[in-house]
Amino acid sequence: MFGLTKKLSMAGIMGINKRNCDYTLVYNPRKYYPLVDDKLRTKQLAIDAGIAVPELYGVIEIEHQIRELPEFLNKYSDFVLKPAQGTGGEGIEIIVGKVKSLYRKSNGHLVTEEQLQHHVSNILNGLFSLGGHEDKAIIEYRVKFDPVFDAISYQGVPDIRIIVFMGFPVMAMLRLPTHMSSGKANLHKGAIGVGIDIATGRTLNAVWKNDLINEHPDTRNPVTDFEIPKWDELLMIAAKCYELTGLGYLGVDIVLDRVKGPLVLEMNARPGLSIQIANHMGLLHRLEFIQANAIRLGSVFDRVACSRKMLTRVY
Amino acid sequence: MNNRHLYILCAILFFAGLGLFIYKVAYLGFPLLPGQKTDVWEVEVKINFNATGRPVKALLYVPRTSTDFSIINENFISKGYGISISTVDGNRQVAWSIRNARGQQTLYYRAMIEKMVTSEPPATSRNVKVVPSEYEGADLEAATAILLEAKQKSADKITLVMQLIDIIESPANNDNLSLLLGENPSQQRKIETIIRILSLDETPARLMHGLHMTEQIGKASPTSWLEVHLDEKWVGVDPVTRQTGKLSDYLVLWKGIDRMVNLTGGENLNVAINIKQSDLESITAASTREKSIYPDFWRHSLLNLPLDTQRVYSILLTVPVGVFLLVLLRNIIGVKTFGTFMPILIAMSFRETQLISGLILFTILISLGLAIRFYLEKLKLLLVPRLASVLIIVILLMLFMSILGHNLGIESGLSVALFPMVIITMTIERMSIVWEERGPSEAIKQGIGSLATAAIAFLIMSLGHVEHLVTVFPEVLFILLSLTMLLGRYSGYRLLELHRFRALVSK
Repeated sequence: MFGLTKKLSMAGIMGINKRNCDYTLVYNPRKYYPLVDDKLRTKQLAIDAGIAVPELYGVIEIEHQIRELPEFLNKYSDFVLKPAQGTGGEGIEIIVGKVKSLYRKSNGHLVTEEQLQHHVSNILNGLFSLGGHEDKAIIEYRVKFDPVFDAISYQGVPDIRIIVFMGFPVMAMLRLPTHMSSGKANLHKGAIGVGIDIATGRTLNAVWKNDLINEHPDTRNPVTDFEIPKWDELLMIAAKCYELTGLGYLGVDIVLDRVKGPLVLEMNARPGLSIQIANHMGLLHRLEFIQANAIRLGSVFDRVACSRKMLTRVY
Repeated sequence: MNNRHLYILCAILFFAGLGLFIYKVAYLGFPLLPGQKTDVWEVEVKINFNATGRPVKALLYVPRTSTDFSIINENFISKGYGISISTVDGNRQVAWSIRNARGQQTLYYRAMIEKMVTSEPPATSRNVKVVPSEYEGADLEAATAILLEAKQKSADKITLVMQLIDIIESPANNDNLSLLLGENPSQQRKIETIIRILSLDETPARLMHGLHMTEQIGKASPTSWLEVHLDEKWVGVDPVTRQTGKLSDYLVLWKGIDRMVNLTGGENLNVAINIKQSDLESITAASTREKSIYPDFWRHSLLNLPLDTQRVYSILLTVPVGVFLLVLLRNIIGVKTFGTFMPILIAMSFRETQLISGLILFTILISLGLAIRFYLEKLKLLLVPRLASVLIIVILLMLFMSILGHNLGIESGLSVALFPMVIITMTIERMSIVWEERGPSEAIKQGIGSLATAAIAFLIMSLGHVEHLVTVFPEVLFILLSLTMLLGRYSGYRLLELHRFRALVSK
């Protein structure tokens, strides 16, 4: 047991206690948490800073508005419905189209208006929010992901999670929805995590349910050694989010829309640790490298350049 | 983030708690284990006399705390008398006084006295002066003759004393002795004589009076013995039993030539002494001791609270122990549970049902509740009314189980009523959400984690030793707090994370 502990610590694997103790508690001031916990505020923040986000169609704040929901949704054939303060991808419904009065979800299932309204009511009552607080429901543009991902995603939108430490992108992964994750990009729900080389934007190895894989279990296409388009732009957006939120240890989730390009979906002040498994690499050495060498923060451009150049050499 | 601040704070808390704990164990004698009994004696002195209408003053020698005996508690009971206690020449004396009294009078002295188990030698005392014998003429000659006789048959001071006792106690007729002792000498007179003869040898000695602590009801009387100053220590010698050394069974009442009770203004004095061994819990003894040593401290302690409040605290104070355990399980091992403190609340509810039946009842209630909750899901109820419905159903289920249990003759079915239904309701709700969001395996995993944590917490919290420790020594909580705070900065791996990340270092 102690041998394993030592090996993990030599490999720079970060545990949850370490993340909380030495990173989120230290680098993420509590007062900035609402900026990322409330997706509405994140959206506004990003728009103000010129970062593209999925267009907001509407917000439902009180139970009474739910009655007007079908009428409101008339305008949109597809949309995403999600809680403003949800965590771990919970409570998100992706509607890809309408069949008469029914809505078709991304996994092909049909839901009725009543079911959708009930879902919104659950959101408002805080079923999906941290600590069960009352919440708002957001209706927004459904991302049409870039066709380069066609071969390796199933029933959902693949997104790119980038961990940004003190404004430096330190690690990234591509999250691919599967049949098992019902189109969601959360690893604990069965999505695939694919590590990305920070320097080149090429995917490394992939992990699905803690197993190393090479091809997508649903589409059978290879997911490794795949080049993420617009990689530099993605890193710049992620790095910019540090100034945006003031959070030193941040997870930024970005999607690539075929028309609108990179869009920031959400940010996370307590990003998970599975990214280490997807990259088959610990976070700590990179974080310590930044802590030791990058005391003077440069511009976003410098930081991204530094990350691309230096970090892959840090082990 | 500077950890030094935390370390200092934790060290202060830890050592404050530990210090107070050790002090209470070592000095005040609070028992470490539950149900410990102390060697406690109840001594009662009853003084009877007839008052003649004149001012009455009764003086009684009373014990004082020594290395062998500790007075836990004492009472002076009388009707209308003024009471004053004075200490003169190392003797403690209580004076009852009244201006005008007539008829039968009864005064009581009652004390709870604890026999201390100390192995320390008696305190040294230097510069003890020899009281002159005041023998003159023939008396002096007789005493010197006896001393010489004893000296010839002895090797050192202690054997000299024993020889003197032999001579004085010997039935053989001895003119020298008769001269010094007179007709039918009392025990006290004999000891006085030995002390005066010893003073001719420049050996300080003194007369002690006290009680031999054995169970004696009504017929106990003070005994007298001798203390000789040897090697800068007072050594006791009982002339009757020939016991020497530290006479630790003897409770000293007074020293010197005097009577136990001195009465003026009364007649037909009658003194009765009762000595009774008492089965006092150590905790009561220690608490009473604390009360007498630090009345203010005691007034602010848990043991001064009303008994029913104490009972509540005896349960509440075990919660920190359970919470500490929870911190260990969650942050060091990485067990997943529903809610942060829910397992502790479940553990507390096991107190009512006991562990096995508690686990069974809990599992049955949660399973039935979950089934109903899934049915309610179909009805698309709003959150709060849905929670309320589950709560009502849980109570109905509990009622049903109690009735069923009663009819089947299972008593633990009845105690289900005290099961915290709100906890059950919240568990059902959270479990159903986890079930839908993360799948049944995750829900069952977390459910088992919660129940296992609750079971372990219950087993530890309900240990008699644990409950005893936290109620008698609430300062233990400072130690727990310091350790918990230290764990708050534990940044090492959780045990289950080793498993999770194992693959990363396998190659």
